[in-house]
Amino acid sequence: MTAALAKSTAHSIVEASPRSKAVAGSLVILYAVITILPLLWIVATAFKSQSDAIAYPPKVIFEPTLEGYVNLFTVRTRQTPDFIAKLPPPETWYDKLVRQRDMVIAGPSKVVPRFVNSLIIGFGSTFLAVFLGTLAAYAFSRFRIPLADDLLFFILSTRMMPPVAVAIPIYLMYRQLNLTDTRLGMILLYTAVNVSLAVWLLKGFIDEIPREYEEAALVDGYTRLQALRKVVLPQAVTGIAATAIFCLIFSWNEYAFAVLLTSGEAQTMPPFIPFIIGEGGQDWPAVAAATTLFVVPIVLFTVLLRKHLLRGITFGAVRK
Amino acid sequence: MAWLFVAPTIALLLAINIFPLVWMIRLSFTSLNLSMSYLPLRFVGLDNFTDILTDEDVWFRLQTTAQFVIWSVALQVVIGYGLALLINRQFRGHSFWTTIILLPMMLSPAVVGNFWTLLLQPQIGPFNYVISLFTGVPPSSFSMTGQVSLAPWTIVLVDTWMWAPYVMLICLAGLRSIPDYIYEAAEVDRASAWRQFWSITLPMTVPFLMLAVLFRAIENFKMFDMVNLLTSGGPGSTTELVSITLKRAAFEKWRTGYSSALAIILFVTVFGAANIYVKALNKVKQR
Repeated sequence: MTAALAKSTAHSIVEASPRSKAVAGSLVILYAVITILPLLWIVATAFKSQSDAIAYPPKVIFEPTLEGYVNLFTVRTRQTPDFIAKLPPPETWYDKLVRQRDMVIAGPSKVVPRFVNSLIIGFGSTFLAVFLGTLAAYAFSRFRIPLADDLLFFILSTRMMPPVAVAIPIYLMYRQLNLTDTRLGMILLYTAVNVSLAVWLLKGFIDEIPREYEEAALVDGYTRLQALRKVVLPQAVTGIAATAIFCLIFSWNEYAFAVLLTSGEAQTMPPFIPFIIGEGGQDWPAVAAATTLFVVPIVLFTVLLRKHLLRGITFGAVRK
Repeated sequence: MAWLFVAPTIALLLAINIFPLVWMIRLSFTSLNLSMSYLPLRFVGLDNFTDILTDEDVWFRLQTTAQFVIWSVALQVVIGYGLALLINRQFRGHSFWTTIILLPMMLSPAVVGNFWTLLLQPQIGPFNYVISLFTGVPPSSFSMTGQVSLAPWTIVLVDTWMWAPYVMLICLAGLRSIPDYIYEAAEVDRASAWRQFWSITLPMTVPFLMLAVLFRAIENFKMFDMVNLLTSGGPGSTTELVSITLKRAAFEKWRTGYSSALAIILFVTVFGAANIYVKALNKVKQR
């Protein structure tokens, strides 16, 4: 211990010694590799054939195929080899791939409409939540609002309720209003959940912008709204973008409301993915392909958000 | 003027959160069952609440939930804090590896629960083979999701895989908030590394640690999506967390009155626990 200390003192008082850095580095890298393996396994499973995916023992080395992706996007029917032999030659590579398995493509699967639902509901609710959240956050940051702390706590508390509990009355209400299984219903619901995060995060970001600029603009004859639009928003742009990405990720990933309140028309990807079935149970290569496509945007966003991640996951409570 | 800015948000929350909540409170005093909604609405007073609170099964579900919350949060704190201490040594490339470690918590819990069922399949999944490699136990001799003795640990394991990075990220912020001069002063006083950890590092990061514990405990108490897809409460009801019970009562048995009462009990529990905790947190901060 003392030797190590002496060494570290020689180096710098607070900086870790090279040896302790190396040990720490290798442990962290080991953990990172272990933690990422499940995801890599799924990405790899998407390129397996049906039989390789359920091989016993599991296969690490296999011949890659795009079958999983083809199965994800199509509905197929099994045919006799005679029938397939009589068909005109396959027009596309995926027709060919499917016919090798004695099947014929019958049409597109539902994955594209589900993906579109995820996008529409995600972007719709994000836009609304950030719009409402910016207005409210600006007010909380700049005006004296009676009971501001209580209101902020109320806004946050709406997010503490268990989603299944919230879904019970929402289900009844949406039935009355004909909003069950509609994109509008899901957009409104996700907006309500996201707006609490948006207000809290954006208030933090706007608090950091000095008031002097707007005050100067107000003196110059700008109205409040003009000052907000032309002075505050341009400076808050990174904060707004980070907030928007957090809202988008929430809507993109949400499952409980989606599975309880949608069944077809407005169903998003998370309740859809587990039910991609082939002949005899889950079609794992197709499920893995859907998972991969679903997760890629999240990985990109995580890298983009890296600097603001901490703020986002703690509702702005921890900033640096 | 200020109200114009805040009103739309408040109106939306009133319409989507508060109005339904009030409606639910009303329904919790009725015997409404949606599969028999032709029956006239009958008020039963506190019957639903007494039914729930005297039901042994509900208490078992609450115990299952409490055990899940305690074990998963404890593991996440140990792993998360450990990782934060290591990453704080600022070795080369720490930023890249940190981002990799953070990935699981950004994923959809439902999708995570779903793909772990493949990884944990006794025969075709890789998990049992890795365990077998280290312990020599035949891979198909145990099932992580199908065995009563293992399933509760499986949901803890997957939850920890997903959320240890969350605790890590918050603790890392705590470690970075400690000014260097405190350690420099400790060095001058010849305090050992061990002593420095207990007298400086740990006390100064406790508020951050508690914040992480608060968030994780609330989230895990509400846990539904990941476990619903991983084990759907099974085998039997060994991993049936209280949210899953609630979903079954409300959306499978359609006992709306009963499940509204259960929802309110859960909500009050989360809220009460969070309030007590926040007060404790403030006390720690003041010290």
